[in-house]
Amino acid sequence: MKLKGWKDVIPGAVCTEAGSALKFKTGSWRASRPKWIEDNCIQCLFCWIYCPDMAVNVKDGKMTGFNYDYCKGCGICALECPGKKGNKAIVMEEEGK
Amino acid sequence: MATPTGITLKELSKKEGLLTSGHRMCAGCGAPIIVKMVLLAAEGPIIAANATGCLEVSTCISDYTAWKIPWIHNAFENAAATLSGVETMYRSLKKQGKISKDIKFIAFGGDGGTYDIGLQSLSGAMERGHDMLYVCYDNGAYMNTGIQRSSATPFGADTTTCPAGSVIPGKTQNRKNLTKIMAAHNIPYAAQASPSHWMDLVKKVKKALSITGPKFMNILSPCNRGWRSRTDDAIMLSRLGVETCYWPLYEIEDGATKVTFKPKEKKPLVDFLKPQGRFKHLFAPENEWMLKKFQEIVDKEWESLLKSDSGRCDSKPSGKAPGAE
Repeated sequence: MKLKGWKDVIPGAVCTEAGSALKFKTGSWRASRPKWIEDNCIQCLFCWIYCPDMAVNVKDGKMTGFNYDYCKGCGICALECPGKKGNKAIVMEEEGK
Repeated sequence: MATPTGITLKELSKKEGLLTSGHRMCAGCGAPIIVKMVLLAAEGPIIAANATGCLEVSTCISDYTAWKIPWIHNAFENAAATLSGVETMYRSLKKQGKISKDIKFIAFGGDGGTYDIGLQSLSGAMERGHDMLYVCYDNGAYMNTGIQRSSATPFGADTTTCPAGSVIPGKTQNRKNLTKIMAAHNIPYAAQASPSHWMDLVKKVKKALSITGPKFMNILSPCNRGWRSRTDDAIMLSRLGVETCYWPLYEIEDGATKVTFKPKEKKPLVDFLKPQGRFKHLFAPENEWMLKKFQEIVDKEWESLLKSDSGRCDSKPSGKAPGAE
């Protein structure tokens, strides 16, 4: 998005487009990336409810992976993931490796 | 995850999220998790107001807004007053027949904008009886401007304006109990919640929004920058806050207190303090008295809360996944 000059800004700094923050990809902040191991996933959706960045994709009530455009790599999902029989369904990996 | 009340994550996940990705809160921040849960719990059209704070500056930067609902920011001290005005206008328009929708009003503020700077406007809005829910996300300091102490900062915490060192051992005063202060306005509903116990939080928001009149919710919001902790422990720390009874989950409905979660085993407060760098100095031998005093403060408040409990503990907040023990 091109920065606007002061003459182009709507008075009162009103944002007219709801949810326009989606144009700002925060995924570039990430230092480590969550990896989903589907075999260990019990579909508890804790990763989805606890994600601060709404970066867990859920379709028809099922977790389907991550949205790396926005995931900041905080790792809450991996820590909260109960996994299956002690094996985590989400693990953090260093970005760029 | 079926529950008696029918609230499941599966069902919630089918709802449209009203706070989008692309906001610029820090990685691992508790506040967007709380806002997401509050908005998921609400049904129908919502109008939100925001006090100045992390949430406000990071969710609406210039042309980018992460909100999918009408949202207004005015100043630091007047989120409740601003929303009072919006709510009054809505009632007037409804009376005039110019609007037919049933709209819910929710204000969000951090502890700085709620406990300190916005307390007068919040108190006024509650006293005038506006039909709104005020949600305070309490991270225990002015995190947005660089971790200055607020009246919500816990005893002993190290902040940039009460730095732990050779002169003082962190904050020497106790935090104030805002939930009780709001309840003392004799409003129909005041509650305390934590994002770790998502179902308890969602139930409380649903209950609050079903009541006409002023409502207040105080929600613990971990901040890894200010708490000097890891980016992945927001939920773990908020859970420990509840399990150590530092942050008890309760509601006060029409004057009757109900503790909504009683930990099977009350954990020692140090479990909550240890992972946080802001309490690091409390573990030095010369500050042992502070740990003792802090534990005493928490014990006293918990016991007094239990005494006022009307005894009905029917909510079973979620903490564990099915099959995970």
